[in-house]
Formats: sequence, C-alpha cells, structure tokens
Amino acid sequence: MISDKKESVLKIDGLHVAFETDNGVVKAVRDVCFEIGRGRVMALVGESGSGKSVTAFSIMRLIQKPGKITGGTITIFPEGKEPVEVNSLGAKDPRLFDLRGSLVSMIFQEPISALSPVHTIGDQICEAILTHREMKKKEAEVLVVEMLDKVGIPEPQMRLRQYPHEFSGGMRQRIVIAMALVCRPELLIADEPTTALDVTIQAQILKLIKDLQDEMGTSVLFITHDMGVVAQMADDVAVMYKGRIVEMGTVRQVLKAPCHPYTKGLLAAIPGVGSAQERLPTISSVVGDTDIETPYPLRPGPDGRLVSLPPDEIAEMGMVES
Amino acid sequence: MSEDFSKYPAFIHDSFPAEEGGQDDLSKPLLRVRDLRKFFPVYGQGVVRKKINEVRAVDDVSFDLYRGETLGLVGESGSGKTTCARVILRALDATAGSVHFDSEVLGEVDLVQMNGKQLKLLRREMQMIFQDPFSSLNPRMTVGDIIGEPMLIHRLASGKALEKIVTELLEKVGLKSEHRERYPHAFSGGQRQRIGIARALIMNPSLIVADEAVSALDVSVQAQVINLLQDLQEEFHLTTIFVAHDLSVVRHICNRVAVMYQGKLVEIGPTESIFEKPQHPYTRRLLASIPSPDPDVKLNFSEAVVESV
Repeated sequence: MISDKKESVLKIDGLHVAFETDNGVVKAVRDVCFEIGRGRVMALVGESGSGKSVTAFSIMRLIQKPGKITGGTITIFPEGKEPVEVNSLGAKDPRLFDLRGSLVSMIFQEPISALSPVHTIGDQICEAILTHREMKKKEAEVLVVEMLDKVGIPEPQMRLRQYPHEFSGGMRQRIVIAMALVCRPELLIADEPTTALDVTIQAQILKLIKDLQDEMGTSVLFITHDMGVVAQMADDVAVMYKGRIVEMGTVRQVLKAPCHPYTKGLLAAIPGVGSAQERLPTISSVVGDTDIETPYPLRPGPDGRLVSLPPDEIAEMGMVES
Repeated sequence: MSEDFSKYPAFIHDSFPAEEGGQDDLSKPLLRVRDLRKFFPVYGQGVVRKKINEVRAVDDVSFDLYRGETLGLVGESGSGKTTCARVILRALDATAGSVHFDSEVLGEVDLVQMNGKQLKLLRREMQMIFQDPFSSLNPRMTVGDIIGEPMLIHRLASGKALEKIVTELLEKVGLKSEHRERYPHAFSGGQRQRIGIARALIMNPSLIVADEAVSALDVSVQAQVINLLQDLQEEFHLTTIFVAHDLSVVRHICNRVAVMYQGKLVEIGPTESIFEKPQHPYTRRLLASIPSPDPDVKLNFSEAVVESV
C-alpha cells in the first residue's frame, strides 16, 4: 500500500457525506479514508448505492443539496505546489475553480450528457483550455488537435468542426477523455467510463486510458462495478459496501485472495468459467450469517491490506498469499 | 471498425440438440427460423420522402431452437440481435423469410404468415421478458394487476381464481402474496425483474424471449435472477432465446450460442465449443475483448483492439 504522504496525490480522511430526506438522514458515505499514490490507478468498486460515486463527487465538491459533506478532510497535493484542502474552500474561492478541470477532472458513464449538442467539439475542448490557461484561441486549437490525435480521432483538423451527434459512442468517450486531459490534471476521476459501451469498444477505451496514463503520468480514480475492468486497469482497489470501505489493498491481494466476506461474495457472484450451468453463489449465500453490518474500523491484515473485520478474526487469518 | 468481418463466411459448429436442456422430444425443434430478413427503409429529405436506402438489421438469419434449450443471441449494439428476437415474436413484421413454430393449439405454423386473430392465440405460448425493469411495468397498475393482465386479456381466469394463480406465481418468483396490492415503484430493480418474469410465466408459455433480462442489475442481484430463471426453466420446461451482450452471463446459462454481426449470424454452436474454439474472426475478437477478473490474465489489447473509424 501507499503510505508515503509526499508521494500521494489525493488523501481522503474520515469522509462523511449525508443526504437529508423526508424519511430521515441517509449516510451515503461513512468514514471513508484512502490515498492515491502519484501515478497510480485506484479503483473504487461496489454495487449501486454503495457510495462510490458520492465519494468521487465529494472530491470535485459537486455534492448538491440535500447532500452535504458532514465530516472529514479531502486534500489534493499538486506537484510542486501547496496542498489544497478541498472541503475547506468557500463556494466563491478561486481555488475551487482551479480544482475543477485543472487539478482534477472527471469523465462520466454517458459521454453524450457531458458534451453540449450545440457547440462543435473543437470549441468545447478549447473552452476547457481557455478557462484555465492564459492563451489565444489559435494556440489552444493547436493543443486540441494534438490531444484529439492522441486519443485516436482520425483527421482531427477536420473533425474539430463537427458536433457530438456526428460521432459514435466510443468516439464521444474519446472526445470527453481528450477534454478531461487537455489541461493535464493531477488526478482523473473516471466514473464508469465504459459501462455504456460495447465490449470491443470498451477494450479500446481501456487501452486508451492506460496508454495516456502511462504517457502523462496522471493518477486515476476509477469507479466501476466490473471486476474485470478493475483487474485490468487498477493498481489498488477499495471495495465499498453501504457507504464504507470494507477492504482495501493491491488488486492482486484483494481479487486473488479476498479477506472480507462481502468481497468474497462480490467476486463469487460473477458468472465464470467453472460454474457453468450450476447455481451461482449470491452475496447473501456467500456471506451467510457472518456479520458484515458492524462498521469495524479498517485494520491492517497480515499482508498489509486493510480489512474491516474484528481484530481477532484478522489475527486468525494468518498470512494470505499475495 | 476498419476491419470488416462480414467478408468471412458464417461458421456453423456441429450442432446437436442440447443434451442437458432437453426433457422433451429432441428431434423436432420448437422453432425453425429460415432466411429471416428485416430491412428498415431510410427515407430522403425531400417532400415526397423517397426511399433512398435500407438498413439490413436482420439479414438472412437461419437457426433451429430445440425444446428445453436456452439459445444465447449475442452481438454488439446494432448487430440486430434484439430486432431478430422481435421479428420472431412478430412484435415487428419480417421483410422476408419464415419462422416455423410448433404450436400446441394450432400445430406447426409459420409465424410470419399469421393474421391478428391467430397471433393472439399464439401469444399465449410465447412471451417476452424485457431489459428495463422500470419502463416495462405500468406505474399505475398494482403488481397483482400487472401479472394477471395477460389472463384477463385472453379471458382465461378472473376474480378469485386469478388472484390465486397470481399469488402462487408471486411466491414462485420469490415475492410475497401481500406484494400483490403494491405498485411497481415500491420495488427494487431485482424485484421488478421478478415481477416481469411472473407476468411472462402466467400464460405457461413454451417459448420465452429474454431481451437483456439481467443486464440492468447489480452483480449480486443478477446472480439471484439468473438462478431464478434457471430454476423456472426446469420447472416450466421453458425454451428460451436469451438476448444479451454480457458474454459471461451467456456462457453460464446458455446451451447454445449464436453470434450476430451486422445483421448476419456469423457463428452458431454449443456454448463450450463457441467459447473454447471460436472459429469466426469476429467471435474471436469479441471473446478477446472481455476483461478477466483475474489480474494474472491480462487483456490482450492487440487481439481485442481494432482502430475505429
């Protein structure tokens, strides 16, 4: 695990997010702590409603009423600059403006909803640059062409003048990625970026994100429910369940030898090779009577990963092969 | 994609009636689809809206569906798999071809040639389960009314008798009898999908078309619904066409798999031979694109990735 603070790009400590509804307060995120090392890819996995997207939105300060960050700190460490404590910034603070798009940027599941239908894609990417950098439009356009070429859009000079509806789903996701990375952010948050795409297109987009990440050294927070995507893309993984992290470690540790009963269930429920034609284990059948509701604080397991289990159970586990 | 897979011929594996699936007469298929076509016209911009082109959504598709088996229909979006399933059920009219269905009431019939009256009779024997558990249930009807409606339409049961049937079915799909009075909004996605399944089963159909029936669900709920479908399949002796894009789900529940690409069937065969020995280059590309949840099995990007246009 990453522990050296200087090398982290993001540190979240004790984050709580709550939504006030008519039926009482919903605690969407409860005491979430994690760090992302510089240049690392961290995956946040869990089922819908587990709080993974809310965690990501908190980093961008995009939680809207009736939601509220009720506790904890989120700190971003830009390279060679002062750390920015995200949740202490006021609503009009210029650093907040800087945070969105320049320090951290985000790509979403549906590329079409992230693009304006009435502006050309060239103008939209230019806007991202001109908002954050002192530059003439002509100069920005050169950058745009370069970036579109990098994300694999053929003939970028010409396609710059086209509108989002003239592109396919996979191409639109490439454009959104270009827009997100053109300002060279410290951290890229990818919220289910391939869920809406076909499996062959998904493979292309995953390869693109991986290549760009290698080339630009961007750190990535990857939000997904697909364990296959986690295994192929991430270095570290945190498994979320009902708003808290139940297990966190390297991808190999967690996916190869899950410790927490919930992680075990989540992995077992994926239809796989061995189980063909048999009954699929479900999370409840794997978890059984084990108590996974009590929020035990994350403690280091034998191989250094963090697990939310009672201390005596962790001690019993012994060394798990990593 | 720059590579055009349609130039390769379709590959048909040595097909045999599924061993595990068939409890009934294996020799006679329930459904024989022959040279099925569905073309959608593309009209010009002018006042007369002249037909200028056509989209070949389903292009000469032929296959047999045996009793008791589950056939997976896979392909990317736009490959024509859903259109194909809809044309078979006559939710859409075919442009050409035939769909021979071995009906209990009418004997062997060509679904493409049936008129409205005959179709209504046949609808009892073929039902559909939809992808979106939210838009496929009427929000203004109670669950009991939704599940019982097919019985009312076909005048097969009403009143207390219907209530009894609905209650039994609710329990079969893992819901409770008191759920009858509630509205769809009170249920989770997985529960709604169970309601959709109950509605499809109330007519005791022989053919079920499940169009992406589990793809909107979380993995653990998905596992529950898959298990339910498999149990019901055994109990009701269902023959199923399972339209899906998630290949690991297809591998788990289907006896045979048919792969579609640009409206054409490019490969069909028993599940294991499709997954173990894919012959058509498109099938190989499709299988190579699935990211494995095992970090030691690396996604082979060079095999999977084709540069798009």
